[in-house]
Amino acid sequence: MGEVIVVTSGKGGVGKTTTTANIGTGLAKLGKSVVLIDTDIGLRNLDVVMGLENRIVYNLVDVIEGNCRINQALIKDKRTPNLYLLPSAQTKDKNAVSPEQMKKLAEQLKDDFDYIIMDCPAGIEQGFKNAIAGATRALIVTTPEMSAVRDADRIIGLLEAAEMPQTDLIVNRIRPDMVKKEEMLSSEDVVEVLHINLIGVVPDDENIVISTNKGEPLVGSNTMSGRAFMNISRRIIGEDVPWLDLFEKNGFFSKFFSKFKKKD
Amino acid sequence: MFENFFRKKSSGSVAKDRLKLVLVSDRANCSPELMEQMKTDIINVISRYVEIDTKGLDIKITQTESAEGNGSVPALIANIPISEMKVKNS
Repeated sequence: MGEVIVVTSGKGGVGKTTTTANIGTGLAKLGKSVVLIDTDIGLRNLDVVMGLENRIVYNLVDVIEGNCRINQALIKDKRTPNLYLLPSAQTKDKNAVSPEQMKKLAEQLKDDFDYIIMDCPAGIEQGFKNAIAGATRALIVTTPEMSAVRDADRIIGLLEAAEMPQTDLIVNRIRPDMVKKEEMLSSEDVVEVLHINLIGVVPDDENIVISTNKGEPLVGSNTMSGRAFMNISRRIIGEDVPWLDLFEKNGFFSKFFSKFKKKD
Repeated sequence: MFENFFRKKSSGSVAKDRLKLVLVSDRANCSPELMEQMKTDIINVISRYVEIDTKGLDIKITQTESAEGNGSVPALIANIPISEMKVKNS
């Protein structure tokens, strides 16, 4: 039986889709079978981030309306085994789908996949309700900005009201240099105000921009964000992974020298 | 202590403080006006018995661990310095 996870945030532009793409790909790389569902009807995005935009035939609304079978709409990611995408519809609006229908779809997919990951639209309206309907676990993505954290708090409240069994936090786009100077909220600060379990911290990394340009999730690559996303994937499957040292320099020399000054 | 005196408060801690206040009123669904009203009422009641140092007064809603230990609950914390105990004559 698969687990249904919703990736949500409240505020837009904090990295939900990037997180969904990377964690989904990460879980598949760890040997799990994964399907990613873009639930943002009308504003299709996940296909582009995954680099699968040219292979869409059917979409989520086609499946819900019965225009095709689920298997016909699932796009197989050829680079990673056992990774599939169910794209969103671009021309319909978010009322084309109801929470009950999403729940039913998730139940059907549970038989065939280890993880069903819902990429939730921004906001707290119908699209949000659709995305969380079938989920038993939520990942809340926020950035260390007041507006994003405030919206995350609202989402946490709504998930509590919806009796979501498990909710974890991802703090995205941390800039360690600014945190050090106390010019940015730290992940500890965010956890303190939100009172919620932290499952990952992802540094602000220009490699993300490059990876999105190419349509290739960077999870597992030797970049700070690539490692951070892989760690989150590992924590999701229940592994106990030590926290990344975000203050570590990524250059050749500091890596070279760090071999000589092991901390313990 | 002295650091704060010479150095401006970092924007990170300003953000944290502002955020805490915003979230308290979001969660409690309690507007600043309502809060002010409640504060005035509390002062009025307590003033009947003791003399209050209104300058040092601090009344706020914060999050505290619930007694059952299952997460946090909002709590009204009032720090009311008493300048003089009134002697009740009657």
